[in-house]
Parts: sequence; C-alpha cells; structure tokens
Amino acid sequence: MTTTTAKSKVLPPPTERYSLLGWLHKNLFSTWYNALLTLFAAWLTYAMLKPTLTWIFGEARWDVISANLKLFMIGRYPIEQEWRVWAALFLLTWVIGLSWGSWVKKFELSGLVLLLIPVFMALLPFSMDDRLKILGLSVFSLIGYVIAKSQPATFSKVSIFAWLLYFPVGLLIIRGLTGDEGFFPVVDTQLWGGLMLTVLLSVLGIMFSFPIGVSLALGRQSKLPIISWISIGFIETIRGVPLITILFMMDLMLPLFLPSEIRIESIIRALVGITFFSAAYMAENVRGGLQSIPRGQHEASHALGLSGFQTMAFIIMPQALRAVIPILVSQFIGLLKDTTLVMILSLFDILGIGKAVLGNPDYIGTSREVYLFIAAVFWILSYGMSYASQRLETALGLGER
Amino acid sequence: MSENNNNDPIIVCQDVHKWYGQFHALRGIDMEVRKGEVIVIFGPSGSGKSTFIRTINRLEEHQSGQIVVDSIELTHDVRNIEAIRKETGMVFQQFNLFPHLTVLQNITLAPLQVHKWKKEKAEEIAMQLLERVGIPEQAEKFPGQLSGGQQQRVAIARALAMQLKIMLFDEPTSALDPEMIKEVLDVMTELAESGMTMLVVTHEMGFARSVADRMFFFDEGQIVESGSPEDIYNNPQEDRTKLFLSQILQH
Repeated sequence: MTTTTAKSKVLPPPTERYSLLGWLHKNLFSTWYNALLTLFAAWLTYAMLKPTLTWIFGEARWDVISANLKLFMIGRYPIEQEWRVWAALFLLTWVIGLSWGSWVKKFELSGLVLLLIPVFMALLPFSMDDRLKILGLSVFSLIGYVIAKSQPATFSKVSIFAWLLYFPVGLLIIRGLTGDEGFFPVVDTQLWGGLMLTVLLSVLGIMFSFPIGVSLALGRQSKLPIISWISIGFIETIRGVPLITILFMMDLMLPLFLPSEIRIESIIRALVGITFFSAAYMAENVRGGLQSIPRGQHEASHALGLSGFQTMAFIIMPQALRAVIPILVSQFIGLLKDTTLVMILSLFDILGIGKAVLGNPDYIGTSREVYLFIAAVFWILSYGMSYASQRLETALGLGER
Repeated sequence: MSENNNNDPIIVCQDVHKWYGQFHALRGIDMEVRKGEVIVIFGPSGSGKSTFIRTINRLEEHQSGQIVVDSIELTHDVRNIEAIRKETGMVFQQFNLFPHLTVLQNITLAPLQVHKWKKEKAEEIAMQLLERVGIPEQAEKFPGQLSGGQQQRVAIARALAMQLKIMLFDEPTSALDPEMIKEVLDVMTELAESGMTMLVVTHEMGFARSVADRMFFFDEGQIVESGSPEDIYNNPQEDRTKLFLSQILQH
C-alpha cells in the first residue's frame, strides 16, 4: 500500500476454488440446522420422486399415447392423405435449412442439435416407415442448408421468398386442391386436428396479429381523431372480453350477421377470433415499447430531415420492437395455450383429441398419461419459443451497452 | 469567418413568440444571421435559448412572428419544414445517436433515405466525415461502445453528412467530462473555420471568445444584449449581463 510499485501493479481478480467436500460444507452443511434442513430436503425429494418415477416407468399405460399418436398429431385427418402433412413438413424443414444456411454466418451448435432431434426421435419405437419419414426431416433441412451454403448471398433473398410462399403452399398441400377426387382431394378443415391444428392456429394467429397489432398501436397514437378512436375502440372492446366469449361470438353471432348462404369454416372463425384477441394485446405491448423510446430519438431523426414515416420505420419501430421482445414472446406463448379454447367451436386441437381419446372405453383411467403427454408437448413448444427469443435477443445485442 | 463573400442573411427571425401553456417562453426574438457567421447564444437556464434554436428547425413551434431560413419561410406547411430541415443540422446535448445502428449506419441513414444517394457514395462520404472528426476506426461500432466525446463527434458527422448550410448546436458539451469537451470543441472550431454558418448554445466562454462572430445574451425569453465577443466580455452594457458573466467567469 505504501510502495509506489505495488500501486501500479495490475492484479488478477481473486479466484475461489473449492473441492467437492469444501463445496458441500459451505453450501449444505455449514451449521447444524443447515445440515438438518439438507437432510430433510433430501428425504422429501426422494419421497416425492420415487412414486412419480415408478409410475412413469412402471405403472403408466403409455400405450394410450402410442396407439393414438396419429390422432394426437393430425386429428381426424384421413390416414391415406397423411403423406401430405409430411410433404408440408419436409418443405418446411427444407425452407428452414435454406434460411439457416444463408442467414446464419458462423457455425451454430444449436443448428446441429436441431438436426439431431429427429435422429433421436427415430430411435423411439415407431414403425420403420415413420422412422424414415422422421429422418427425412433432418435430410431435407440438410439439403436446404447445403444448397444455401453454396451461395449464401443469392439464397438469403431466395429464403425470404421461400418463407412468403411457404405458408400458402403448405396450407394448400394440407387442404387439397382437386375437389373430392384425384391426387389432392380437399380435406374438410373440420377434420384437421391434434398438434397440427394447435400449431397452425398459433403460427397463423401470431403472423396475422403482429401487423394488425402494430397498426393498432400506431393508430392509437395517431393525431387523426377518427383513426385513434377506432383503434382505442377496437383495443378496449376486445381486451374487455374473455377470449372464450369472442370465440362464442364467432360461433353463434357471426352467422346471424352474414347471409345464410355464406358459411365460414370453423377454423377460419377460430383464427379470426384468436387473431383479433392477440392483436389487441399486442397493440398495447407495442405501444409500451413505442413510449419507451426517448423523445430525443424522434427529434434527432426529424432534425436530419427524415419524414414521420421514415422516422417510425427506421428509428422508432426497430428499437421499440426490440425492447418488447420478451413481452411479445410471453404473449405468443399465451396465445399458443389459448388455442385450446377452440374446443368450443367443435374443433379438436391436441387437448380436444386428448378428451376424445379418454372418452374411448378402451382407455378408461388413463387421463394422467394423456394430460401429462399434452402438458409435455405444450412445455416443449413454449420452451422452444422462449429459447428462440433468448437467442434472438442475444443476436440483436439487446441489453448490451 | 469575417470575410463573408455574401452579406445576405441566411436566417431571419422577426418578433418570434412562443408559449408553453401560460408560460411565455420566447418574448419577441429578432435575429439576423449572415452566411458563414458563428453565433453564440448564452444565458441562464430557462432563458429560452434552447427553445429558440429549436424553433429554427421546427422541433418547437413558434406561435407568432416570422422565421425565414435560406428564403424558405417556416410555416405549418410540411414541405417547407422538410426543406428547412434538409438545410439545417442539429447537435444535441444528449447526442441522440441511434443506439440500434452502427456509427456508419447512423451517418448514412439520412443521406440514403432523404437524398436517395447510392450506398457506396453515402459510405464514402461518411468515412471522410469520420476522418474529419478523427474517429474513422469506430465506424463499425455501436454508439453505446463509444465515449461521450466520441459520440458527440459522430453526431456532428451525422449532421454534416446531409451537406447542409446551417448547424445548430444545443449545448453540445454540457453532458461531457472535461477531458472530452476539448475534442468536441476542436471539431466545432475546425467547422467554424471552414465557413459553416453556426448557431451555438453554450457556456464554453473560451470557445465563444475565439470563434464567435457575435454573441447573444438571453434572459427570460428575450435578447438582453448582443455584440462581438470583445464587446460582451470587456464592455457589457446591461447589469444582468455583467452579473451573469461575473458568475460564470469566476470559475
């Protein structure tokens, strides 16, 4: 402290090292009551885990899942047309591979992990045919990846078009084209179900509610009174009503307003209800983001001569949306789970299929297995979205500075 | 600076008034600025000096009086406002860089969008400007990774990229550490010597004395006194000016 040489020395930060015993002592057995608590917690964990694990690996009748897997996945979609769902999936993985290869610059471990998931799934006791199809998912994405890697610059634009085209094309493949006969017979949307329906409603709901929500958020701040009144009216009306009520309205009231020869398919009515509901919440979340941007950003942009629209598009909106990514993802996860309410429109999403399966006398007493399976599916989807958003936040450098 | 090849006023303000609710913030400001002049505006806080220079590019709206910039009158007409904003640049106390864009993107955004320049041209000019303000090596960084002084120099380069005629500085060094004030003032001095018309709200009296052509002392929304730096420093006429100068020059 007193010498000048010591003062200028750059020191490394102090490191803490523990042996396993040291760690145990410090964290679990530092005092006699901590030791007691540790032992108690260990006993409690054992007491709870043991019956759960014995049930999962011993007593549970998982055949209810494996026997009805097709129902859980695609509902009552005709089994002889099942290949079309696979075709849409292959196309999807190909587009994902394509954009991965052209957009992601450095080698990504998470890409490899995603690629390996189907490989591990193929190890599960499926039929040989299904195993090949599952492996096909990896193969198609790999093909897309390799193609894109050969010329990343051109394919980064191609990927955008591929995504824009994918949704109409994919839906067309699943829905069909050629009336009741032929190669691509139309499959009534009433027959779509299971996980396919859940994912479809969520993805399309997110896709449509996003632009509507952003427009409503901007509309609410508009200086033109008519636009802001309409936006406020829409947002407050929809937010003031539970989703289940909106879906009921769609089911019961809409036919009253429309001429009797127009019949809108349930899936469309459900989608419109979900989209409106999500858009109203989205609008408020985005508005929160817009308000978090300091006035100085508007001023600097205007002072540079950028118009109101350019300021919004290049300065305010990118920052506002970045700021609300975590909230938006929460909302999307909520939307995913809310799609289970389409049951009241007599659509069979994965939960509806679960209930239907339980109604089968062969599977009486298997509700634990069924609901646990459905919960696991929802958890995987929700956690996947959450994880993807965390990656997105890191990639966009949110929170760094 | 003094050798103006053109004596036409580029900014003319006549009897400019501005109210915030009941508060009378600007009480009849008259000012004429000639091309290439460097004007320093100073005064106590709340005196309306910032409000005044912000009315010139319509970040604040004046309620009566007339403001003409480069023969364009500032009215409610959006085209006039945009035309004036293309000719004036502003540097803020809080820098107001766009945090989601790199330094280079900060500078090229407006030229690309407003002037519709080609990307190569905009980036070339941006790099020249970064050389000029002395930080070309920071081009690919984000504003959050720079020091305050560097950020303010980027803000100056960003404004200059619009190839403008008038620069407005709203307390450009007030949010900076003493060490960084100098690097920003050096850039501003160089800019003044290059013949740019500048209106600077600042309390940097050394800068004012060496660079300003004229100084205006604002208090309570009015111009109390104006004149050359010599007049203001050595021979202030008004008691209010004397008092204020004695307070800020003590330190």
